[in-house]
Amino acid sequence: MSWFSDFLTSSIGRKVVMSLTGLFLILFLLVHLAGNLQLLPFLAHDPAGDPGKAFNLYSKFMTSNPLIKTVSYLLYASILIHAIQGWLLWSKNRKARGNQGYAVKVNKVVGTNSFAASNMGWLGTIIFIFLAIHMYQFWLQMKLGHLPMAYYDGVEVKNLYSIVAEAYESLGYVIFYVVSMVVIAYHLNHGFQSAFQTLGINHHKYTPFIKWVGKAYSILVPLGFAIIPIYMYFFM
Amino acid sequence: MKLTLKIWRQKSLKEKGRFETYKVEANPHMSFLEMLDVLNEELIAKKEEPVVFEHDCREGICGTCSMVINGEPHGPMGGTTACQLHMRHFKDGETIVIEPFRASAFPVMKDLAVDRSALDRIIQAGGYISVSTGAAQDANAVPIDKDTAGHSFDAAACIGCGACVAACPNASAMLFVSAKVSHLALLPQGKVEAKRRAQAMVKQMDLEGFGMCSNITACEAECPKGISVENIARLNREYLSSALGSETVA
Repeated sequence: MSWFSDFLTSSIGRKVVMSLTGLFLILFLLVHLAGNLQLLPFLAHDPAGDPGKAFNLYSKFMTSNPLIKTVSYLLYASILIHAIQGWLLWSKNRKARGNQGYAVKVNKVVGTNSFAASNMGWLGTIIFIFLAIHMYQFWLQMKLGHLPMAYYDGVEVKNLYSIVAEAYESLGYVIFYVVSMVVIAYHLNHGFQSAFQTLGINHHKYTPFIKWVGKAYSILVPLGFAIIPIYMYFFM
Repeated sequence: MKLTLKIWRQKSLKEKGRFETYKVEANPHMSFLEMLDVLNEELIAKKEEPVVFEHDCREGICGTCSMVINGEPHGPMGGTTACQLHMRHFKDGETIVIEPFRASAFPVMKDLAVDRSALDRIIQAGGYISVSTGAAQDANAVPIDKDTAGHSFDAAACIGCGACVAACPNASAMLFVSAKVSHLALLPQGKVEAKRRAQAMVKQMDLEGFGMCSNITACEAECPKGISVENIARLNREYLSSALGSETVA
């Protein structure tokens, strides 16, 4: 196994780990967004009924389907590996840079967002704090907490919608959530295209397309997430 | 033109450095290094220590000059080494801040001179061809298509100055290593040892304490030879394929 551990602890190997876990998390965000959008009444296909029905049934499915449960362990592992490896890289890179900084700082880059690219560690740390709060508030309550129950066609389902709706009633929480989405947008803006570059995927035929998709993704997905609490705060 | 220079002065590796301010009168046609020569002549005449900076060819091809001018390695002009940067690109009365390349792997020896032997050790680890390639070939005897030759030539333009390391917020040497690996791996003679080379050079790069690439691309933006980060992607491919596909296991 020594060649494998050598590979994983080499500078490029560490980056490949960041890239693969990052791409998996990017894909997960889309699935998560598809679920969250059912919080919006006009997307939930049941405008007359219980506003939480679609979301609660979806949550029930996500926590009971064996395939999704299996993938969820991969997700938890990805989050932890991406975060721990990220902090390791961050601290090693700061050590490599040294204590004495430049008196004049210039941030010229080529084809990426210089703010996002040079602050991935900070952005990632903020996202991790957001995730910790977010998972305590919803994920842990769904798993272990005593949620109120809802009944749909005689089936008892945990009413996750009730605590989501309650959280989104607070303006402070909505602001915290939206700011976190802006942070994720910046992190994705650099991370999306960077993941491909790390895997060696860079070619003048398709790299402009990857960068374009990355930009669109980094704006649209966090925007999709952010619209939900804003809509629920103002209109529900 | 009258200039104010803020220059990093440091007596030795062990001693702490600080900025000193100097006034100098330069001709707009002078190169940046000639302007520093003028300052040093004046300092010597006043029996003061001249500012130590590295230089050799002064033609932009040797990669010896190394300084950060107003926050940019080799100064504000794209695709230009410090020795080829001319004073006409500065304004009369301007204050110019001159610092050494900064990175843990590039310790400051004196003033603006840093120890870049880490890059030499990376080359020694594998940046060469050791298989017998025979005598000089007839032209066109070795088949190679023009695009590949072009990519290899672009990578070979790297003069090994270390501006990529100086510019990188992570002090990563990936652009340098990727240029050397690309230059050789693309050509038939270099391909033979490509897998071993990528492994050996990356290993040495890691040992020297350079940072890891976050694809910030500041290296390409500041490279005086315009080396593209496409080379870093190629190095990643070479490294991945050699880690997973080479015959040697350990």
